[in-house]
Amino acid sequence: MKKFLERIEDGEVLVGDGAMGTMLMERGLKPGDPPESFNLTHPEIVQEIASLYLDAGADIIQTNTFGGSPLKLSFYGFEGKTEEINRNGVRAVRVAINDRAYISGSCGPSGKFLKPYGDIEPDEMYRNFERQVRALIDASVDIICIETMTDLHEITLAIEATKTISPDTPVMATMTFDATPRGFYTIMGVSIKDASRGLERAGANIIGSNCGNGIENMIKIAKEFKQYTDLPIVIQSNAGIPEIHGTTTIYPETPDFTAKKARDLLSIGVSIIGGCCGTTPEHIKALRAMVDASHT
Amino acid sequence: MDTVHNISVSLQSGDYERVSAFTKQALEKNIPPKEILDRGLISGMNIVGEKYKTHEIFLPDVLLAAKAMYAGMDILKPLFIEEGIPTMSTVVIGSVQGDLHDIGKNLVGIMLKGAGFEVIDLGNNVAPEKFIETAKTHHASVIAMSALLTTTMPVMKRVVELLRRERLKGKIKTIIGGAPVTEAFAREIGADAYGYDSAHAVDAVKRLVGRT
Repeated sequence: MKKFLERIEDGEVLVGDGAMGTMLMERGLKPGDPPESFNLTHPEIVQEIASLYLDAGADIIQTNTFGGSPLKLSFYGFEGKTEEINRNGVRAVRVAINDRAYISGSCGPSGKFLKPYGDIEPDEMYRNFERQVRALIDASVDIICIETMTDLHEITLAIEATKTISPDTPVMATMTFDATPRGFYTIMGVSIKDASRGLERAGANIIGSNCGNGIENMIKIAKEFKQYTDLPIVIQSNAGIPEIHGTTTIYPETPDFTAKKARDLLSIGVSIIGGCCGTTPEHIKALRAMVDASHT
Repeated sequence: MDTVHNISVSLQSGDYERVSAFTKQALEKNIPPKEILDRGLISGMNIVGEKYKTHEIFLPDVLLAAKAMYAGMDILKPLFIEEGIPTMSTVVIGSVQGDLHDIGKNLVGIMLKGAGFEVIDLGNNVAPEKFIETAKTHHASVIAMSALLTTTMPVMKRVVELLRRERLKGKIKTIIGGAPVTEAFAREIGADAYGYDSAHAVDAVKRLVGRT
């Protein structure tokens, strides 16, 4: 398979995968259990989800390791299983895709705050990500994806840890922004301008945004990133903001709607388009068709 | 300069050392602890809450201000206990049984503490009985419940029902929130209030305890 970064540099648009958590819940993840526990107890289900996204046409499949850093796992008393959870998470994807897509090792927030506003020392935060990333890289992921971050310091430490362990592993780094009357900011007060500069300086290869927004806001976010960076951009949108109908949660944006709107991402020059919360293999199929149609 | 005003200003900039120093200074000047609390710490935190609500400042500023608030509270608390003055209403907070999401709930907890409430955080996956037991033991005025999963929302209803059965409804007020939770759902299950987001939740809790 051609190298991941070469394809991006050649101007190809790649398709990411969709949501994991909601798919696991539909398949029996019990409320109260961390999604990553399925890597240990039900790897066949994690494989099945990876296969669904592969069949839908995703070029990149993420591992089920979003909450797989020891600080985050410690919320459940699972920090001792960090290596096993991450290793098994990579293995499940590898078995399912058999070299037909890239494996992206997912790293989400630690769930803790850094000093001075929190009580975690930067050094401890660095070691937190170092431990997870090392496990993912030892299991031979193609990409490290540090995502849903809101604190520029925390994501910087995660990028630096990755680049120290394995300088050649491509890093995708994405943050989650809220629309405020003064523009887009993360909950920790990071603007898109600051994010662009900070992530670039930290050594990320591809930067952008995931989660928190539907496709329409993501188009605005992508445009703003383009103003501040020449790095390739990744956008992984939610299927809108969840609405409740009776006793079920509905993500309002349909595959069709998402794909139609996502055409704007192509004209902006986004390199990777994928889904986040509420997106399904159907969304990815629609995005795949839209990207393929744009070539002709 | 007015020492109590200085407490408020230092708190807003998250300077816990100055908040602590000015609080001591105010006590030396024989300013009543209640006044230091209301006009210094709480008024400062109210301004922080407002600015957060309008996105003028962000979470790190709120966290730092809350730390500064605790620095002042640590000095005042023993005096309140000594004088037998009930300090602040107590709020029991948690994500309901079956729900492990706690970012929103944590935010509300931080903001409530910042607004001067005693907050007992039961974490996530909290059983209905546990909410009630804790509220009774600690003489809490409010139970605050969070859910991100629609499947766990019925637990909120169960808490309200249990309160009704124990004839505590009205004495212990309830507020609910979380992404899928709506004002209509709050009305439907008989909760006393709904918090659209963390800042609005704090406002609503203040209204529930008659502190506006």
